[in-house]
Amino acid sequence: MMSMNARLVLGTATALAIATAGCVTINIYFPAAAAEKAADRIIDEVWQLREGQAGPAEAKTEEEAK
Amino acid sequence: MKLMIMLRQVFVMVALALSAFAFAQGNLEINTPAISALQKSMQQRHAQLAPLYASGALGLTADGNVALRDASGVPMAQRGQVNALVAAENADRAALYREIARANGHPEWEAEVRNTFAQRWVERAQPGWWVQGAGGWTVR
Repeated sequence: MMSMNARLVLGTATALAIATAGCVTINIYFPAAAAEKAADRIIDEVWQLREGQAGPAEAKTEEEAK
Repeated sequence: MKLMIMLRQVFVMVALALSAFAFAQGNLEINTPAISALQKSMQQRHAQLAPLYASGALGLTADGNVALRDASGVPMAQRGQVNALVAAENADRAALYREIARANGHPEWEAEVRNTFAQRWVERAQPGWWVQGAGGWTVR
C-alpha cells in the first residue's frame, strides 16, 4: 500500500507533468526571434549572401553582365 | 527521507521538461525536404529576379511577396515572362511560409512566419532595390 506522502508526491508529479506537457503542446507564443534567425538563414541561401559578403561582388558581376 | 528523494526526482523531471521546451524555442525547424526544395527553387529563380530588382521593375512587398512595381522598364515582349516569374516566386514563398509553420507543428503560425520574412526580405534588400513600407514604395 502507498503511504499518504507517496500519494501526495505522485499526485503533484502527475499535475506538474500535465501542466508542463500543456505548455509544450499549446506553445502559446510565436517564437519571433527563432523565426527571424530561420528567415535570415533561408534568405542567405536564396540570395546567396553567405560566401564572403556577396553584396559588392554580386553588384560587380551584374555590372560586368551589362 | 523517501519523500524528499521523490520530490527531488519530480523537480528534476520538471526542470528537464522546461529546458527541453526552452531549447525547442531556440530554433525553428527548417531542414525538411519540402523546405529545402523550395529554397533551391527560389535560389535558382533569383538569378533571373536579381536584375529586375536592381532595375526597379520588381519590388519586395510589405506582405512578403514580390510585385511588378514598374513595368515601363520591361520590354513588352518580356512582360509575360516577368509576370510568370513573379507568380512562380510568390507561389514558392507562400509554400515556404506554410511549410515552415507546418514543419514546426503550428500551421497557424503561417501568417506570422510570413510577416517575419517580409521584414527580413525588406531589411536585407540590396541598395537600389525597391521595398514596400507603411508609406508606400521606397528605394533602398
